Amino acid sequence: MHMRKRFFGLILGAGVLAAGSSFAADPIRIGTFLTVTGPASFLGDPELRTLQMYVEELNARGGVLGRKLELVHYDTVGQAKEAVTFVKRLIQNDKVDVIVGGSSTGDTMAAIPEVEKAGIPLISLAGGVEIVEPVKKWVFKTPHTDRMAAIRIFEDMKKRGIRKFALISGDGGYDKSGRKQVLELAPSHGLEVVADESYGNKDTDMTTQLTKIRATDAQAILNFGFGAAPAIVTRNVRQLGITLPVYQSHGVGSKKFIEMAGEAAEGVRLPAAALVVAEQLADSDPQKKVLLDYKAKFQAKHGEVSTFGGHAYDGFFIAVEAIQRAGGTDPARVRDEIEKTRGFVGTAGVFHMSPQDHMGLSVDAFKMVEVRKGNWVIID
Amino acid sequence: MLDSLLQFLITGVTVGSTYALVGLGFAIIYNASDVVNFAQGEFVMIGAMVAISLLGAGTPFPLALLLAVMATVAVGLVLEALAVEPARGAPVVTLVIITIGASILLRGVALLVWGKDFHAMPHFSGDAPLHLGSATLLPQNLWVMGGTAALVLAVRQFFRRTSAGKALLACSCNRTAAQLMGINVRRMMLLAYGLSAALGAVAGLLVAPITFTSYDSGVMLGLKGFSAAILGGMGNPMGAVAGGLLLGVLESLSAGLISSGYKDAIAFVVVLLVLFLRPSGLFGKGAVERA
Repeated sequence: MHMRKRFFGLILGAGVLAAGSSFAADPIRIGTFLTVTGPASFLGDPELRTLQMYVEELNARGGVLGRKLELVHYDTVGQAKEAVTFVKRLIQNDKVDVIVGGSSTGDTMAAIPEVEKAGIPLISLAGGVEIVEPVKKWVFKTPHTDRMAAIRIFEDMKKRGIRKFALISGDGGYDKSGRKQVLELAPSHGLEVVADESYGNKDTDMTTQLTKIRATDAQAILNFGFGAAPAIVTRNVRQLGITLPVYQSHGVGSKKFIEMAGEAAEGVRLPAAALVVAEQLADSDPQKKVLLDYKAKFQAKHGEVSTFGGHAYDGFFIAVEAIQRAGGTDPARVRDEIEKTRGFVGTAGVFHMSPQDHMGLSVDAFKMVEVRKGNWVIID
Repeated sequence: MLDSLLQFLITGVTVGSTYALVGLGFAIIYNASDVVNFAQGEFVMIGAMVAISLLGAGTPFPLALLLAVMATVAVGLVLEALAVEPARGAPVVTLVIITIGASILLRGVALLVWGKDFHAMPHFSGDAPLHLGSATLLPQNLWVMGGTAALVLAVRQFFRRTSAGKALLACSCNRTAAQLMGINVRRMMLLAYGLSAALGAVAGLLVAPITFTSYDSGVMLGLKGFSAAILGGMGNPMGAVAGGLLLGVLESLSAGLISSGYKDAIAFVVVLLVLFLRPSGLFGKGAVERA
């Protein structure tokens, strides 16, 4: 029961025709495969809504290069096997010009051999470093990586004079990947991991793990996690009367975390995407306008904005601008133009891609924030 | 070390009380009908979600809790009347599958009504931790333990002292005989579903302030509650409670003393061992052959 949706923009198209203009050439076909339903729907749902929103908007404004945009979408339900099938179909049957998608690292990695073989540019919306390292000719990505988050946290720890910290993480894919990066990178930053505890993401109480951490000589606690668990960890830390600084990852960068953790969230620091703190950015920050625009547009239609939808915004416009610069949809030229993306102001940061870097974000794309009086405050 | 051990035990008992409450609901329906109701976890979720919505709409605290329990009981009764009752006479396996279907349906409806977000509920009496030596616990933990104890006693009295409770037990022993003795088996089934929905809802209300609730939080609680009921001996309400507490303490001790990565594995290995040695559970009376 995989929903297949084609957005010919019938109603919109009719409106445009009535207004006297028409699309002469073939439409530009943008393919996507996302996890719109299933356990990872929190990724794919805002991503698809974002893509649909902007395809509609650009078509209403006359399309790109005088050609209408057409979005071809398949729902993978988060199953890598499906992702392969759908990407094949996008390339062979739907003959898409570019693919923006892959909500999860698993889906994207499964699709990579297909796009590499066919020679169709793919811009992934998933976090894993392995998507672009080593560099693959046809594959790009827009989201920050957990490695960047870890480095940002380590920098802040060092500034505070922290040398030893305790790690606690969940049992999900996001948690495990983050844990791996933290354990790998900590020594090279002169930091020692004195405890490495884990919990189940559906667990309701982590005081046992934190009691063990309390017995170590850790100077801070780092929790790499997602969903409700990090809020429970944060509450449990305060419940046990532990006064060590608490770091969270970008996985909790939403107001929901503060709401759930309540007063215990005070003083918690984490690397957050700029979208989370858009209103607080300096007016001179080039991202501010992009972020506020996206936020206003998305929220007017769909409610609370998420960074995942932002990744789709970035991927979509990097692709559209590359097509504009290439003056057409020749896959090789579009690929080259994506690689030449310089200074593209997106929601995740300012992108500078290169043949060596198919993501193009630097570590400072993350803003270090602290919870103060129930709100995020940018500290770095 | 001793300080840590005390904390491990307190954590274990708190978490275990939650499992116990859910397990108790499993045991009651099983008692009355031989059916394992896999929608039990969803009762827990619905109780908490309804209360959170009502509180959000400005309903006074006690009233919101009461209405949440009533709403969940209504869901339980509807489940019995519309899904279980029409399949009366079907093999137990069919009925179990019906409850699995019902749980998926309820989760889907919850997803539509409340979205994918986690929802938080305020603590009943503040969230300033209480200290026991160097170990701490939240006032809400006491509510969970106290609530479990009170419900356990109430259920025990219900089965021992009231004629409705005895009639329910009679249905579980021999349905045909119970009917011949003038017991309205149909009504007893409704009672069993209503009662276990109420227990589930109360469990949800008690733990919601600690655990947060989302449309799918019933899955894990259901699984753990089921394990508790199995461990204690399916069909023995007191066994389910003991099983829940044991499971909670086991998890906490294995996380604390061995490895947090393997805590669920260790706890489930112990459950399996118990079942190998005593297939009817710790307090089960042994399988009774029924015609």
